Amino acid sequence: MPLRRRLDWQAATVRRVETKTPTVKSFFLEPAEPFAYRAGQHVDVRLTAPDGYSTERSYSIASAPETAPLVELTVELLEGGEVSPFFHEVVEPGDTLEIRGPIGGHFVWRVAEGGPVLLVGGGSGVVPLMGMARHRAAQRADVPMLLFFSARHWDEVIFRDELLDLEARGDGFSLALALTREPARREADFGRRIDGAAAMAALARLPAPPRVAYVCGSNPFVEAATAALMEAGIPAPVIRTERYGG
Amino acid sequence: MATRGFFGRRTPPELADRIPPGQYLEEGFPVLSAGPTPHVRTEDWSFTLKVGPRPVKRWNWDEFNALPIGKMTRDIHCVTKWTKLNTAWEGVLVDDILADAGIEPPTGYTLAHAYDGYDTNVPTADLVGGKAMVALRYEGAPLTADHGGPARLLVPHLYFWKSAKWLNGLQFTERDEGGFWELRGYHMYGDPWKEQRFTGD
Ligand SMILES: Cc1cc2nc3c(=O)[nH]c(=O)nc-3n(C[C@H](O)[C@H](O)[C@H](O)COP(=O)(O)OP(=O)(O)OC[C@H]3O[C@@H](n4cnc5c(N)ncnc54)[C@H](O)[C@@H]3O)c2cc1C
Repeated sequence: MPLRRRLDWQAATVRRVETKTPTVKSFFLEPAEPFAYRAGQHVDVRLTAPDGYSTERSYSIASAPETAPLVELTVELLEGGEVSPFFHEVVEPGDTLEIRGPIGGHFVWRVAEGGPVLLVGGGSGVVPLMGMARHRAAQRADVPMLLFFSARHWDEVIFRDELLDLEARGDGFSLALALTREPARREADFGRRIDGAAAMAALARLPAPPRVAYVCGSNPFVEAATAALMEAGIPAPVIRTERYGG
Repeated sequence: MATRGFFGRRTPPELADRIPPGQYLEEGFPVLSAGPTPHVRTEDWSFTLKVGPRPVKRWNWDEFNALPIGKMTRDIHCVTKWTKLNTAWEGVLVDDILADAGIEPPTGYTLAHAYDGYDTNVPTADLVGGKAMVALRYEGAPLTADHGGPARLLVPHLYFWKSAKWLNGLQFTERDEGGFWELRGYHMYGDPWKEQRFTGD
């Protein structure tokens, strides 16, 4: 759906900061001018130094649209980065940040669009997918959804406990982890990178081939994961990607 | 509004005037696209020039490579915030494509079409006069698929989503018709120096 409205910068107050993993924190923002958003969208953040120098970055929205006006951003610490270390080391509740959004009209999903839905995330690429999984749960929908999530270690699985809880509801949401630096801990998981065979095995957990697949993460991850999905027989037009750079 | 506790990483002053507002300097070459990377073989590749619905001329890979090959070294600016300096491209200027087809720019607007169904609009004036090319090589090597190979549009003075990857044609249109991202809220023109990222910017 086209965004016709002008996207203005506005102040958002940081209400809460949560540590998700040793290198990932969530920031719960309350925009001065509340806006509705869709699962999968992102916001732009602008930081300004005392001398007027400023820089911008994009961050996906992790929270469900049902949580608006609150906007949860989940930021992974990149050593040597300009903005993510600022989030991790400086930002605290009560701070104001400049944001604008919501942005994005392609990498979005609504329950009404149906499924089955395949979500494939690498590291912080899970963030917009989490918004979709939470949206589905908030709507009490039974659309089949599989999250295939690659992380290095079990302890680096962002939103891990919440994802396990979502799966335990038994309402058609399933989780398959691909841990790249340690063995799998659960039967449904893999102790290796996402490849064609793993994709094929994980896909068996959906009742039918996905009608839409969302793949998000660093560019090398997205390249490898989309190749794996196509090897597993998913046609290219079904696959939507979001690439974080790197 | 100054952000509490933010000082930022400055661009070296001699480069600062080459970084548009809101952008940061990137040494690598990130990739952005809406779907999987299509792998188009040069044997299967072709490029079609159209005026409205009417094809004017079509080139296969060898024919296209026989057109005059020019070089362009430019700074590029992606709407996801990175700017990369001095990127070196080789390809065929849009001017030379038109000359080979024996036409003058017929309308004020152009849609660039790609193999994955992507399209994007650019005013014709921004494509001619040496401003844009169909790039076939990057830094001296054939353009890889993830960067849009075999051929991509290069319109370096606009945000990089205008430089359509996996290009298979240019179509002249009477009106300014929005393409893939433009219909999803991105700016119709996309001047990085005016920070025209989204509709209304
Ligand atoms: C649409 C969109 C949504 C995004 N959503 C999120 C999100 O939800 N959470 C999140 O943490 N980040 C997200 N990002 C990435 C984010 O915008 C920043 O790029 C990231 O936080 C790094 O910024 P920085 O200033 O810390 O590092 P910079 O100083 O900008 O970069 C340092 C270097 O790290 C490289 N780099 C950037 N990203 C990665 C990566 N993922 N892996 C390896 N190297 C990388 C850059 O190429 C650069 O060379 C998103 C990006 C986009 C385009």
